[in-house]
Amino acid sequence: MLKSTIVFSKKWKNIHFYLFTMLDFMQIRTAMIQTDILIIGAGPVGLFAVFEAGLLKLKCHIVDVLPQPGGQLAEVYPKKPIYDIPGFPSVLAGDLITNLMEQIAPFKPGFTFGERVEKIERQENTRFLITTNKGTEFDAATIFIAAGLGCFEPKRPPITNIRDFEEIGVDYVVREPEKYRNKSIVISGGGDSALDWTIFLADVAKSITLVHRRDSFRGHLDSVEKVMALARDGKINVITEAEIVGVNGSAHLTEVEIKKNSGESVNVSTEYWLPLYGLSPMLGPIADWGLNIEKKSILVDTTDYSTNVPGIFAVGDINEYQGKLKLILCGFHEATMAVQSAFAICYPDKKRQFKYTTVAGIEGF
Amino acid sequence: MEQLLDITIYVTDREGEEHTLTVPTDMNMNLMEVCKSYELGVEGTCGGMALCASCQVYVHSEHPLHEQMDAELDMLDQAFFVQNNSRLGCQIRMIPELDGLKVTIAPKTEQ
Repeated sequence: MLKSTIVFSKKWKNIHFYLFTMLDFMQIRTAMIQTDILIIGAGPVGLFAVFEAGLLKLKCHIVDVLPQPGGQLAEVYPKKPIYDIPGFPSVLAGDLITNLMEQIAPFKPGFTFGERVEKIERQENTRFLITTNKGTEFDAATIFIAAGLGCFEPKRPPITNIRDFEEIGVDYVVREPEKYRNKSIVISGGGDSALDWTIFLADVAKSITLVHRRDSFRGHLDSVEKVMALARDGKINVITEAEIVGVNGSAHLTEVEIKKNSGESVNVSTEYWLPLYGLSPMLGPIADWGLNIEKKSILVDTTDYSTNVPGIFAVGDINEYQGKLKLILCGFHEATMAVQSAFAICYPDKKRQFKYTTVAGIEGF
Repeated sequence: MEQLLDITIYVTDREGEEHTLTVPTDMNMNLMEVCKSYELGVEGTCGGMALCASCQVYVHSEHPLHEQMDAELDMLDQAFFVQNNSRLGCQIRMIPELDGLKVTIAPKTEQ
Protein backbone atom coordinates (compact mmCIF):
# COMPACT_ATOMS: atom_id res chain seq x y z
CA MET A 1 0.00 0.00 0.00
CA LEU A 2 1.15 3.51 -0.83
CA LYS A 3 0.98 4.44 2.82
CA SER A 4 3.76 2.02 3.74
CA THR A 5 5.94 2.32 0.65
CA ILE A 6 6.82 5.97 1.00
CA VAL A 7 9.50 6.42 3.58
CA PHE A 8 10.91 9.90 3.84
CA SER A 9 12.23 11.71 6.84
CA LYS A 10 10.40 11.34 10.12
CA LYS A 11 8.70 14.64 9.46
CA TRP A 12 7.38 13.45 6.13
CA LYS A 13 6.20 10.25 7.63
CA ASN A 14 4.23 12.23 10.14
CA ILE A 15 2.66 14.39 7.50
CA HIS A 16 1.77 11.30 5.57
CA PHE A 17 0.26 9.67 8.59
CA TYR A 18 -1.87 12.70 9.32
CA LEU A 19 -2.99 12.97 5.72
CA PHE A 20 -4.12 9.38 5.63
CA THR A 21 -5.68 9.55 9.03
CA MET A 22 -7.59 12.56 7.86
CA LEU A 23 -8.68 10.81 4.68
CA ASP A 24 -9.70 7.72 6.62
CA PHE A 25 -11.62 9.93 8.96
CA MET A 26 -13.38 11.72 6.12
CA GLN A 27 -14.24 8.43 4.51
CA ILE A 28 -15.76 7.15 7.71
CA ARG A 29 -17.69 10.37 8.02
CA THR A 30 -19.09 10.37 4.51
CA ALA A 31 -19.88 6.70 3.91
CA MET A 32 -22.97 5.25 5.51
CA ILE A 33 -22.04 2.96 8.38
CA GLN A 34 -23.47 -0.57 8.08
CA THR A 35 -24.15 -2.58 11.20
CA ASP A 36 -26.32 -5.34 12.57
CA ILE A 37 -27.24 -3.46 15.73
CA LEU A 38 -27.12 0.29 16.16
CA ILE A 39 -26.92 0.98 19.89
CA ILE A 40 -28.07 4.38 21.10
CA GLY A 41 -26.30 5.10 24.36
CA ALA A 42 -22.80 4.10 25.52
CA GLY A 43 -23.72 3.48 29.15
CA PRO A 44 -22.98 0.13 30.82
CA VAL A 45 -26.00 -1.59 29.29
CA GLY A 46 -25.30 -0.36 25.76
CA LEU A 47 -21.68 -1.49 26.11
CA PHE A 48 -22.56 -4.92 27.44
CA ALA A 49 -25.01 -5.44 24.57
CA VAL A 50 -21.94 -5.39 22.30
CA PHE A 51 -20.49 -8.34 24.20
CA GLU A 52 -23.60 -10.49 24.01
CA ALA A 53 -24.12 -9.53 20.35
CA GLY A 54 -20.50 -10.39 19.65
CA LEU A 55 -20.99 -13.92 20.99
CA LEU A 56 -23.62 -14.33 18.25
CA LYS A 57 -21.34 -12.70 15.66
CA LEU A 58 -23.50 -9.61 15.40
CA LYS A 59 -21.70 -6.33 14.65
CA CYS A 60 -22.54 -3.29 16.73
CA HIS A 61 -22.07 0.44 16.40
CA ILE A 62 -22.69 2.74 19.36
CA VAL A 63 -23.74 6.38 19.19
CA ASP A 64 -23.69 8.65 22.22
CA VAL A 65 -24.25 12.37 22.62
CA LEU A 66 -21.52 12.57 25.25
CA PRO A 67 -17.88 12.74 24.19
CA GLN A 68 -16.88 9.54 26.02
CA PRO A 69 -18.27 6.09 26.84
CA GLY A 70 -19.98 5.40 30.15
CA GLY A 71 -23.15 7.48 30.13
CA GLN A 72 -24.13 8.62 33.60
CA LEU A 73 -21.39 6.53 35.18
CA ALA A 74 -18.69 8.53 33.43
CA GLU A 75 -20.45 11.88 33.22
CA VAL A 76 -22.14 12.05 36.60
CA TYR A 77 -20.61 9.71 39.15
CA PRO A 78 -17.32 8.15 37.96
CA LYS A 79 -15.88 8.08 41.49
CA LYS A 80 -18.89 6.51 43.21
CA PRO A 81 -18.62 2.88 44.26
CA ILE A 82 -21.32 0.49 43.01
CA TYR A 83 -22.03 -2.48 45.28
CA ASP A 84 -24.53 -4.55 43.33
CA ILE A 85 -22.58 -5.75 40.31
CA PRO A 86 -22.41 -9.53 40.73
CA GLY A 87 -18.88 -10.66 41.48
CA PHE A 88 -17.67 -7.19 42.46
CA PRO A 89 -18.10 -6.43 46.17
CA SER A 90 -17.43 -2.82 45.17
CA VAL A 91 -16.46 -1.22 41.89
CA LEU A 92 -16.07 2.45 40.99
CA ALA A 93 -18.48 3.52 38.25
CA GLY A 94 -15.57 4.71 36.10
CA ASP A 95 -13.72 1.42 36.56
CA LEU A 96 -16.80 -0.57 35.57
CA ILE A 97 -16.87 1.32 32.28
CA THR A 98 -13.14 0.76 31.72
CA ASN A 99 -13.68 -2.96 32.33
CA LEU A 100 -16.66 -3.12 29.99
CA MET A 101 -14.68 -1.39 27.24
CA GLU A 102 -11.96 -4.01 27.68
CA GLN A 103 -14.54 -6.80 27.69
CA ILE A 104 -16.11 -5.72 24.39
CA ALA A 105 -12.87 -4.78 22.61
CA PRO A 106 -12.51 -8.20 20.85
CA PHE A 107 -15.77 -7.52 19.05
CA LYS A 108 -14.48 -4.24 17.58
CA PRO A 109 -17.60 -2.13 17.96
CA GLY A 110 -17.80 1.15 16.09
CA PHE A 111 -18.25 4.35 18.12
CA THR A 112 -19.68 7.72 17.25
CA PHE A 113 -19.39 10.12 20.16
CA GLY A 114 -20.68 13.65 20.55
CA GLU A 115 -23.62 13.06 18.25
CA ARG A 116 -27.28 12.60 18.97
CA VAL A 117 -29.52 10.31 16.96
CA GLU A 118 -32.26 12.49 15.52
CA LYS A 119 -34.10 10.48 12.92
CA ILE A 120 -35.02 6.84 12.40
CA GLU A 121 -36.57 5.79 9.11
CA ARG A 122 -37.60 2.35 7.84
CA GLN A 123 -36.14 1.52 4.44
CA GLU A 124 -37.84 -0.56 1.76
CA ASN A 125 -35.70 -3.59 2.64
CA THR A 126 -37.02 -3.26 6.25
CA ARG A 127 -33.61 -2.13 7.58
CA PHE A 128 -33.34 1.19 9.39
CA LEU A 129 -31.76 4.41 8.19
CA ILE A 130 -30.57 6.36 11.21
CA THR A 131 -29.34 9.96 11.08
CA THR A 132 -27.58 11.98 13.78
CA ASN A 133 -27.72 15.71 14.41
CA LYS A 134 -24.41 16.04 12.58
CA GLY A 135 -25.66 14.18 9.53
CA THR A 136 -23.87 10.87 10.14
CA GLU A 137 -25.93 8.03 8.67
CA PHE A 138 -26.22 4.41 9.69
CA ASP A 139 -27.84 1.47 7.96
CA ALA A 140 -28.83 -1.06 10.61
CA ALA A 141 -30.93 -4.20 10.82
CA THR A 142 -31.95 -3.49 14.40
CA ILE A 143 -31.77 -0.68 16.93
CA PHE A 144 -31.14 -0.94 20.66
CA ILE A 145 -32.15 2.12 22.63
CA ALA A 146 -29.99 2.05 25.75
CA ALA A 147 -30.28 5.75 26.41
CA GLY A 148 -30.70 5.64 30.18
CA LEU A 149 -32.37 8.83 31.27
CA GLY A 150 -32.17 10.32 27.79
CA CYS A 151 -29.70 12.79 26.34
CA PHE A 152 -27.75 15.04 28.65
CA GLU A 153 -28.52 18.59 27.65
CA PRO A 154 -27.79 21.95 29.25
CA LYS A 155 -30.34 23.15 31.77
CA ARG A 156 -32.53 25.94 30.50
CA PRO A 157 -33.39 28.66 33.05
CA PRO A 158 -37.14 29.03 33.67
CA ILE A 159 -37.68 32.22 31.69
CA THR A 160 -40.72 32.24 29.39
CA ASN A 161 -39.14 33.78 26.29
CA ILE A 162 -35.61 32.38 26.68
CA ARG A 163 -36.02 30.09 23.66
CA ASP A 164 -36.56 33.15 21.45
CA PHE A 165 -32.98 34.22 22.14
CA GLU A 166 -31.22 30.89 21.76
CA GLU A 167 -28.57 31.20 19.03
CA ILE A 168 -29.08 34.98 19.01
CA GLY A 169 -27.49 35.88 22.30
CA VAL A 170 -28.23 33.03 24.71
CA ASP A 171 -25.63 30.23 24.56
CA TYR A 172 -25.69 27.25 26.93
CA VAL A 173 -22.36 25.94 25.72
CA VAL A 174 -19.20 27.84 24.77
CA ARG A 175 -18.25 26.30 21.44
CA GLU A 176 -16.06 29.01 19.97
CA PRO A 177 -14.58 31.45 22.51
CA GLU A 178 -13.50 33.84 19.73
CA LYS A 179 -17.17 34.52 19.10
CA TYR A 180 -17.12 36.65 22.25
CA ARG A 181 -14.10 38.78 21.36
CA ASN A 182 -14.80 42.42 22.22
CA LYS A 183 -18.40 41.57 23.08
CA SER A 184 -20.27 42.22 26.29
CA ILE A 185 -21.31 39.04 28.05
CA VAL A 186 -23.19 38.00 31.14
CA ILE A 187 -22.36 34.63 32.71
CA SER A 188 -24.55 33.03 35.35
CA GLY A 189 -24.25 29.90 37.46
CA GLY A 190 -22.26 28.98 40.52
CA GLY A 191 -20.34 25.88 39.50
CA ASP A 192 -16.88 25.40 38.04
CA SER A 193 -18.06 25.89 34.50
CA ALA A 194 -19.30 29.45 35.19
CA LEU A 195 -16.09 30.34 37.01
CA ASP A 196 -13.77 28.73 34.45
CA TRP A 197 -15.37 30.53 31.51
CA THR A 198 -15.39 33.81 33.40
CA ILE A 199 -11.64 33.49 33.92
CA PHE A 200 -10.99 32.36 30.36
CA LEU A 201 -13.16 34.98 28.68
CA ALA A 202 -11.95 37.84 30.90
CA ASP A 203 -9.18 38.52 28.37
CA VAL A 204 -11.40 37.98 25.35
CA ALA A 205 -14.65 39.80 26.00
CA LYS A 206 -15.17 43.55 26.18
CA SER A 207 -16.97 43.18 29.50
CA ILE A 208 -18.11 40.32 31.72
CA THR A 209 -20.80 40.35 34.37
CA LEU A 210 -20.95 37.25 36.54
CA VAL A 211 -24.29 36.67 38.27
CA HIS A 212 -24.68 34.19 41.11
CA ARG A 213 -27.56 33.31 43.38
CA ARG A 214 -25.60 33.23 46.62
CA ASP A 215 -22.95 35.47 48.14
CA SER A 216 -20.17 32.91 47.78
CA PHE A 217 -19.01 30.52 45.09
CA ARG A 218 -18.58 26.77 45.44
CA GLY A 219 -16.13 26.07 42.61
CA HIS A 220 -12.49 25.06 43.02
CA LEU A 221 -10.77 27.34 45.50
CA ASP A 222 -8.22 28.36 42.92
CA SER A 223 -10.94 29.39 40.44
CA VAL A 224 -12.86 31.28 43.11
CA GLU A 225 -9.73 33.23 44.06
CA LYS A 226 -8.98 34.08 40.44
CA VAL A 227 -12.53 35.35 39.91
CA MET A 228 -12.35 37.44 43.06
CA ALA A 229 -9.03 38.92 41.91
CA LEU A 230 -10.52 39.80 38.51
CA ALA A 231 -13.41 41.51 40.29
CA ARG A 232 -11.04 43.44 42.59
CA ASP A 233 -9.02 44.61 39.59
CA GLY A 234 -12.19 45.85 37.94
CA LYS A 235 -11.80 43.42 35.02
CA ILE A 236 -15.16 41.80 35.63
CA ASN A 237 -18.35 42.81 37.36
CA VAL A 238 -19.73 40.34 39.92
CA ILE A 239 -23.35 40.49 41.07
CA THR A 240 -24.14 38.04 43.85
CA GLU A 241 -27.35 37.13 45.68
CA ALA A 242 -29.14 37.71 42.41
CA GLU A 243 -30.80 35.82 39.59
CA ILE A 244 -31.50 36.55 35.96
CA VAL A 245 -35.26 36.66 35.52
CA GLY A 246 -35.74 38.14 32.06
CA VAL A 247 -34.22 38.59 28.60
CA ASN A 248 -34.90 41.44 26.18
CA GLY A 249 -34.02 42.37 22.63
CA SER A 250 -35.44 42.09 19.14
CA ALA A 251 -33.15 40.66 16.46
CA HIS A 252 -30.52 39.84 19.09
CA LEU A 253 -30.26 39.84 22.85
CA THR A 254 -29.64 43.35 24.16
CA GLU A 255 -30.17 43.08 27.91
CA VAL A 256 -30.94 40.79 30.82
CA GLU A 257 -33.08 41.58 33.83
CA ILE A 258 -31.44 40.77 37.14
CA LYS A 259 -33.41 40.47 40.33
CA LYS A 260 -31.51 40.72 43.59
CA ASN A 261 -32.55 38.80 46.67
CA SER A 262 -33.22 42.17 48.30
CA GLY A 263 -36.02 42.68 45.78
CA GLU A 264 -34.17 45.30 43.76
CA SER A 265 -34.11 44.84 39.96
CA VAL A 266 -31.46 45.96 37.52
CA ASN A 267 -31.22 45.66 33.76
CA VAL A 268 -27.76 44.98 32.35
CA SER A 269 -27.03 45.66 28.69
CA THR A 270 -25.31 42.71 27.08
CA GLU A 271 -24.81 41.05 23.73
CA TYR A 272 -24.54 37.52 25.13
CA TRP A 273 -25.75 35.57 28.12
CA LEU A 274 -24.17 32.25 29.02
CA PRO A 275 -26.41 30.40 31.50
CA LEU A 276 -24.10 27.64 32.83
CA TYR A 277 -26.14 25.43 35.13
CA GLY A 278 -24.86 22.01 34.20
CA LEU A 279 -26.55 19.22 32.31
CA SER A 280 -29.77 17.39 32.88
CA PRO A 281 -31.12 14.34 31.07
CA MET A 282 -33.98 14.73 28.60
CA LEU A 283 -35.84 12.28 26.40
CA GLY A 284 -35.20 14.48 23.34
CA PRO A 285 -35.85 13.06 19.86
CA ILE A 286 -36.67 9.58 21.26
CA ALA A 287 -40.20 10.87 21.82
CA ASP A 288 -40.67 11.27 18.04
CA TRP A 289 -39.91 7.74 16.87
CA GLY A 290 -43.40 6.27 17.18
CA LEU A 291 -42.62 4.26 20.29
CA ASN A 292 -45.06 3.62 23.10
CA ILE A 293 -43.87 5.94 25.83
CA GLU A 294 -45.18 6.30 29.35
CA LYS A 295 -43.71 8.67 31.93
CA LYS A 296 -40.58 9.28 29.84
CA SER A 297 -39.91 5.53 29.51
CA ILE A 298 -40.32 3.17 26.56
CA LEU A 299 -42.79 0.33 27.10
CA VAL A 300 -41.36 -3.08 26.20
CA ASP A 301 -42.37 -6.72 25.97
CA THR A 302 -40.41 -8.58 28.63
CA THR A 303 -39.85 -11.70 26.52
CA ASP A 304 -37.18 -9.87 24.57
CA TYR A 305 -37.43 -6.17 25.54
CA SER A 306 -38.77 -5.32 22.12
CA THR A 307 -40.76 -2.13 21.64
CA ASN A 308 -43.97 -1.71 19.65
CA VAL A 309 -41.80 -1.03 16.56
CA PRO A 310 -40.45 -4.34 15.21
CA GLY A 311 -36.65 -4.30 15.16
CA ILE A 312 -36.32 -1.63 17.85
CA PHE A 313 -35.47 -2.79 21.37
CA ALA A 314 -35.18 -0.72 24.54
CA VAL A 315 -32.88 -1.86 27.34
CA GLY A 316 -31.71 -0.45 30.65
CA ASP A 317 -33.07 2.57 32.50
CA ILE A 318 -34.96 3.89 29.47
CA ASN A 319 -37.51 1.04 29.38
CA GLU A 320 -40.53 0.29 31.49
CA TYR A 321 -42.49 -2.87 32.25
CA GLN A 322 -44.30 -4.38 35.18
CA GLY A 323 -41.79 -4.94 37.96
CA LYS A 324 -39.08 -2.85 36.33
CA LEU A 325 -36.05 -2.09 38.48
CA LYS A 326 -33.60 0.50 37.24
CA LEU A 327 -30.49 -1.49 38.01
CA ILE A 328 -27.42 -2.00 35.87
CA LEU A 329 -27.57 -5.73 36.46
CA CYS A 330 -31.16 -5.90 35.18
CA GLY A 331 -30.07 -3.92 32.12
CA PHE A 332 -27.36 -6.51 31.42
CA HIS A 333 -30.02 -9.23 31.44
CA GLU A 334 -32.34 -7.21 29.22
CA ALA A 335 -29.60 -6.59 26.65
CA THR A 336 -28.71 -10.30 26.63
CA MET A 337 -32.30 -11.32 25.92
CA ALA A 338 -32.81 -8.62 23.28
CA VAL A 339 -29.71 -9.71 21.39
CA GLN A 340 -31.24 -13.17 20.84
CA SER A 341 -34.23 -11.64 19.04
CA ALA A 342 -31.98 -9.25 17.14
CA PHE A 343 -30.12 -12.30 15.82
CA ALA A 344 -33.35 -13.74 14.45
CA ILE A 345 -34.01 -10.45 12.63
CA CYS A 346 -30.47 -10.21 11.23
CA TYR A 347 -30.27 -13.84 10.20
CA PRO A 348 -33.81 -15.19 9.80
CA ASP A 349 -32.58 -18.39 8.16
CA LYS A 350 -29.77 -19.22 10.58
CA LYS A 351 -30.16 -21.29 13.66
CA ARG A 352 -28.96 -19.54 16.77
CA GLN A 353 -26.24 -21.32 18.70
CA PHE A 354 -26.18 -20.94 22.44
CA LYS A 355 -22.74 -21.46 23.89
CA TYR A 356 -21.17 -20.88 27.27
CA THR A 357 -18.09 -18.67 27.17
CA THR A 358 -16.41 -21.24 29.42
CA VAL A 359 -16.74 -23.75 26.60
CA ALA A 360 -16.35 -21.61 23.50
CA GLY A 361 -14.19 -18.77 24.81
CA ILE A 362 -14.34 -15.36 23.18
CA GLU A 363 -13.93 -15.34 19.47
CA GLY A 364 -13.63 -11.75 18.40
CA PHE A 365 -13.95 -10.33 14.92
CA MET B 1 -39.71 3.24 75.75
CA GLU B 2 -41.20 2.02 72.53
CA GLN B 3 -39.68 3.67 69.49
CA LEU B 4 -42.08 5.50 67.20
CA LEU B 5 -41.88 3.66 63.89
CA ASP B 6 -44.35 5.56 61.73
CA ILE B 7 -44.28 9.33 61.50
CA THR B 8 -46.64 11.81 59.92
CA ILE B 9 -45.35 14.40 57.49
CA TYR B 10 -47.12 17.10 55.49
CA VAL B 11 -46.21 17.57 51.84
CA THR B 12 -47.73 20.27 49.64
CA ASP B 13 -47.64 19.28 45.98
CA ARG B 14 -47.08 21.52 42.96
CA GLU B 15 -50.80 22.19 42.66
CA GLY B 16 -50.85 23.53 46.20
CA GLU B 17 -52.66 20.57 47.76
CA GLU B 18 -51.38 19.44 51.16
CA HIS B 19 -51.02 15.69 51.69
CA THR B 20 -50.79 14.10 55.13
CA LEU B 21 -48.50 11.12 54.76
CA THR B 22 -47.78 8.25 57.10
CA VAL B 23 -44.17 7.25 56.67
CA PRO B 24 -42.21 4.34 58.13
CA THR B 25 -38.86 5.21 59.70
CA ASP B 26 -37.47 1.68 59.73
CA MET B 27 -37.11 1.29 55.98
CA ASN B 28 -34.22 3.66 55.34
CA MET B 29 -36.37 5.85 53.10
CA ASN B 30 -35.69 9.44 52.12
CA LEU B 31 -38.20 12.17 51.37
CA MET B 32 -37.76 11.84 47.60
CA GLU B 33 -38.66 8.15 47.77
CA VAL B 34 -41.66 8.92 49.97
CA CYS B 35 -42.94 11.52 47.51
CA LYS B 36 -42.43 9.10 44.62
CA SER B 37 -44.24 6.26 46.35
CA TYR B 38 -47.21 8.54 47.00
CA GLU B 39 -47.01 9.70 43.35
CA LEU B 40 -46.73 13.39 44.14
CA GLY B 41 -44.98 14.22 40.86
CA VAL B 42 -41.41 14.17 42.16
CA GLU B 43 -39.12 12.69 39.53
CA GLY B 44 -35.98 11.76 41.48
CA THR B 45 -34.21 11.34 38.16
CA CYS B 46 -30.78 10.51 39.53
CA GLY B 47 -32.13 7.96 41.98
CA GLY B 48 -31.09 9.81 45.12
CA MET B 49 -27.44 10.67 44.61
CA ALA B 50 -27.95 14.44 44.95
CA LEU B 51 -27.19 14.79 41.28
CA CYS B 52 -30.26 16.25 39.63
CA ALA B 53 -32.28 18.50 41.99
CA SER B 54 -35.57 17.16 40.65
CA CYS B 55 -36.63 16.44 44.25
CA GLN B 56 -36.09 19.97 45.56
CA VAL B 57 -38.43 20.92 48.42
CA TYR B 58 -38.89 23.97 50.63
CA VAL B 59 -38.79 23.05 54.32
CA HIS B 60 -41.28 25.05 56.40
CA SER B 61 -40.98 23.45 59.83
CA GLU B 62 -38.12 23.84 62.30
CA HIS B 63 -37.04 20.20 62.37
CA PRO B 64 -33.42 19.30 63.06
CA LEU B 65 -32.29 18.34 59.56
CA HIS B 66 -28.73 17.18 59.20
CA GLU B 67 -26.27 19.59 57.67
CA GLN B 68 -26.07 19.79 53.89
CA MET B 69 -23.27 17.86 52.26
CA ASP B 70 -21.15 19.33 49.44
CA ALA B 71 -22.98 17.32 46.78
CA GLU B 72 -26.32 18.79 47.84
CA LEU B 73 -24.99 22.35 48.00
CA ASP B 74 -23.31 21.97 44.60
CA MET B 75 -26.53 20.74 43.08
CA LEU B 76 -28.64 23.50 44.59
CA ASP B 77 -26.15 25.98 43.15
CA GLN B 78 -27.07 24.72 39.69
CA ALA B 79 -30.80 24.42 40.26
CA PHE B 80 -33.57 26.92 39.67
CA PHE B 81 -36.28 28.27 42.01
CA VAL B 82 -33.85 27.88 44.92
CA GLN B 83 -34.73 29.59 48.20
CA ASN B 84 -33.00 29.77 51.57
CA ASN B 85 -35.09 26.84 52.84
CA SER B 86 -34.44 24.67 49.78
CA ARG B 87 -33.27 21.11 50.35
CA LEU B 88 -33.02 18.04 48.16
CA GLY B 89 -35.63 15.52 49.25
CA CYS B 90 -33.27 12.63 48.58
CA GLN B 91 -30.93 13.91 51.28
CA ILE B 92 -33.61 14.00 53.99
CA ARG B 93 -33.79 10.61 55.63
CA MET B 94 -37.03 9.63 57.31
CA ILE B 95 -36.21 9.35 61.01
CA PRO B 96 -38.48 9.55 64.10
CA GLU B 97 -37.26 13.10 64.87
CA LEU B 98 -38.94 14.33 61.69
CA ASP B 99 -42.49 13.59 62.87
CA GLY B 100 -44.61 16.58 61.78
CA LEU B 101 -42.18 17.71 59.02
CA LYS B 102 -43.76 20.21 56.66
CA VAL B 103 -42.48 20.74 53.12
CA THR B 104 -43.58 22.06 49.74
CA ILE B 105 -42.35 20.51 46.51
CA ALA B 106 -40.45 23.09 44.42
CA PRO B 107 -41.64 23.88 40.89
CA LYS B 108 -40.54 21.65 38.08
CA THR B 109 -38.01 23.03 35.65
CA GLU B 110 -39.59 22.83 32.21
CA GLN B 111 -37.17 21.85 29.46
